[in-house]
Amino acid sequence: MRMEPRQGERIDRTKPVSFSFAGWKIDGFEGDTLGSAAFATGKRVFSRSFKYHRPRGLLCCSGHCPNCLMTVDSVPNVRVCTEPIRQGAVVEGQNVRWSLDFDFMSVTDKVGGPFTPVGFYYRTFIRPRRLWPLYEKFLRSAAGLGKLDEHAGHSRRYDTEHRKARVLVVGGGEAGRTAALAAAATGPGVVLVDEDARLNALQLQGVEVLAPARALGIWEGGLVPVDAGTVLYRFRAERIVVATGATEQPLVFPGNDLVGVMLPSAVRRLVRDFSIKPGNRAVVLAADDAGLEIVDDLSEAEVEIARMIDLRETRPRELVAQGGKGRVRRVLVDEESIDCDLVVASAGRQPAYSLLAQAGARIEFDSELGVFVPTELPSGVEAFGSVTGEGLGKIDPEPAYGGKGKCFVCVCEDVTTKDMKRAIVEGFDSIELAKRYTTTTMGPCQGKLCHLPSIRLYAKENRMYEAAIGTTTARPPWAPVELGLLAGRDLTPTRRTSMHWSHAEAGATIQWAGPWKRPYAYGEKPEDEVRAVHESLGVIDVSTLGKLFVEGPEAVALLERLYPNRFGDMKRGRIRYGVLTSDGGRIMDDGTIARLADDLYYVTTTSTGADAVTAWFEWWNAVWGYEAEVVNVTGAIAAVNLAGPQSRDALQRLTEADVSAEAFKYLDAHEIDVAGVPTLALRIGFVGELGYELHFPSPAGEYLWGRLVAEGARPFGLEPQRVLRLEKGHVIVGQDTDSESNLYSSGMSWLPKLDKDDFVGKYALEHLAQREEKERLVGFTMEEDVLPAEGAQIVIEGFPAGRVTSARRSEAVGVVIGLAWVPTDRAASGTRVEIRVDRLLRGARVTHGAFFDTAGERMRS
Amino acid sequence: MSFLLSCPFCGPRPVDEYAYFGEVTKRPGTSPTLRELTDYVYFRDNVAGVQREWWQHRTGCGEWFLAERDTRTNEVLEVILPEPSRRSPA
Repeated sequence: MRMEPRQGERIDRTKPVSFSFAGWKIDGFEGDTLGSAAFATGKRVFSRSFKYHRPRGLLCCSGHCPNCLMTVDSVPNVRVCTEPIRQGAVVEGQNVRWSLDFDFMSVTDKVGGPFTPVGFYYRTFIRPRRLWPLYEKFLRSAAGLGKLDEHAGHSRRYDTEHRKARVLVVGGGEAGRTAALAAAATGPGVVLVDEDARLNALQLQGVEVLAPARALGIWEGGLVPVDAGTVLYRFRAERIVVATGATEQPLVFPGNDLVGVMLPSAVRRLVRDFSIKPGNRAVVLAADDAGLEIVDDLSEAEVEIARMIDLRETRPRELVAQGGKGRVRRVLVDEESIDCDLVVASAGRQPAYSLLAQAGARIEFDSELGVFVPTELPSGVEAFGSVTGEGLGKIDPEPAYGGKGKCFVCVCEDVTTKDMKRAIVEGFDSIELAKRYTTTTMGPCQGKLCHLPSIRLYAKENRMYEAAIGTTTARPPWAPVELGLLAGRDLTPTRRTSMHWSHAEAGATIQWAGPWKRPYAYGEKPEDEVRAVHESLGVIDVSTLGKLFVEGPEAVALLERLYPNRFGDMKRGRIRYGVLTSDGGRIMDDGTIARLADDLYYVTTTSTGADAVTAWFEWWNAVWGYEAEVVNVTGAIAAVNLAGPQSRDALQRLTEADVSAEAFKYLDAHEIDVAGVPTLALRIGFVGELGYELHFPSPAGEYLWGRLVAEGARPFGLEPQRVLRLEKGHVIVGQDTDSESNLYSSGMSWLPKLDKDDFVGKYALEHLAQREEKERLVGFTMEEDVLPAEGAQIVIEGFPAGRVTSARRSEAVGVVIGLAWVPTDRAASGTRVEIRVDRLLRGARVTHGAFFDTAGERMRS
Repeated sequence: MSFLLSCPFCGPRPVDEYAYFGEVTKRPGTSPTLRELTDYVYFRDNVAGVQREWWQHRTGCGEWFLAERDTRTNEVLEVILPEPSRRSPA
């Protein structure tokens, strides 16, 4: 029912657009919203209500109420009244069994009334308890909003943009525009945001206009996130101007949710923007001048006005809307019946103060106006226009009119006046409690249309003044926001070493290791890679190790105080294994420390510990102030471990430096050229064989890797490395130890040098040294060929008494080996313990030290 | 938490650029009793009011500094560069 083309309409009649609405093909025009086009073709039912499944139609047409929430192209809960029309869109009803016009679940409305009072679910479905999963399944499908499309995947991409503004104006009405122009006159940096897409075309001198965009809240520090569809602007503004205006409030009377009962704002938009005749015969019920002015629009649309009731003058005892099939047919005013198909009802306007309340303004009831207004604005936040209460008429209709039928206070959550009264009778005597019990104001509109009516009704029932009741707390966001927008894009960087693509080309299985991508193994059989390292030559990319330079005249003093180890006696070109402890004596990280010069040390950390160790070093040095600098070079320096009995020969072929056993001893650090690449070679043995950790500039990664492979080194991945280090009983900090493990319980009592003056953890370790540990980290060998899971229980006399932290099948040792925490009285070598493997208890023997090459001859050879 | 914190070098920046390292504690002197040690390692004052605390401009310049912050309002009264001391408590 489009009207003749009129001046100022928003639609372009030369550009038809069609889409599907609940299975029907709808033709509209560019400039329409999905909702206006559907309404123009005669669609009236847009949704079914939350609880009673009552048919609902357009109420506010401003994107506030829940009545037009529909699923558009698989995106649930889209307000079609403001969603721009687009060709081929698929719009479907939600919370519906069968169809919008005939919903099986509407039986809850017919019979449910007396049986589904407030709190019904809480009380009824609690027993029997075991049936709750069944109830829950049914209730979740029966009540609620749209469903997420689980297969939608990444259908949209969201971004976050950090922005600054001198003045941020929220709201593009008369007041907002005036404020923006005034601010622009004093300098640049003025931004205005508004929900209405039409303001996109607004030209204001010196003002940047963002529309459609919605300020979601005002957070601490003047942070205003602005929802602009697929971009979230995080604004920081020196001044925030709130000009959000006032929102028309629904009138509370029986039948006030029938399809055809609308707020004046809805009629105004339908007529003025979309040139739609909203009905044939209207009753206008209004409590302020702004509401009554709607008769002008109705007349223009040639709607017959059956009756206009100014509720300030007429005070009916009974006011009821009645209808059939959920649509309004007549209005009963006291005994008189007036036939109509449109009821335009307004209780007046309430300032939209939510943003101000979030910012910390006080919200007080203004008894002159009968509404809540903001007072005492926080610094940096200003309010202009009707949001302050300026220019509003007094709200004074009945909080609820009497009569027969359901009378809704909150249309989002289907809360009736009866529910509110019942909550009060049951003793929920604070508005905050009543809110939680009835869920009034907790639906999609977030109180925009029900907060004031709820409080007015509450005041009336309790015979209190509204001012004494106060408001419920306004929390952000001001309007529903898509979770995707808040999450933004996943910008966590994936870290790859400079040799990564060599691994990928070699067919490595790549796995995550913290933020890194690392090879798990290069073939189907990790044990072949283990054998290569034991028998000939292997090479592994260990660029992920944290690498730090500590340099300065007092570098040694700093390290001496950070580690329980001693470093002062270390000669140039030597390496020592170090463990970092906290001041509680617990193990934090481990690695190697090489002395490269008198005042220069090269420190390695675990792969995941690099950043934390750097921060830890720098923090302690902020406390102590040693003359030493800490530089994290993890990314700049690549590293490989060349390991196996042939590693010396292979390395010698690539360097002119003397790497013979006499010249390059175990735990030596030499700066040498390897295949022309300046390299720091560390002779250490994490995997237990003769080996060299080669550290060199990252850009040479693929080159040197290729040269080493060409020399016969078989690439090995993380899994073979885990087997190799386990055969040596080498601990992985964070896997075999946790935040409670200390050096004594982990079998490293040789490490701390308690005679040092001070180091981090010294005092705790002094106490721990005196104490018998409750449990110890030991090795074990399984009696049978079964592999316990990492984390498997150690069971003693039927009770869990410990846990397995690492376990692997070792070809070299010939049995399944592992590390485990056991009670101290079971920690002696040879003790038999039982481990739960697939529900069965399996025997294991406690061991100490390495499983393979126990004397360590191979790595020292 | 979305307040702005002033780095002594970089000026006011959103708080998510910083790492928080807790209130300033007093590291006990030589050979503390177990109780003194436990107090230092595990217990914090957790004041509702102004406290002095450690921050690092983690994703910025990396500097460690001290801030006087009101834990009730997140108002930062002062940021201070530490005055290191070999003997000073941490």
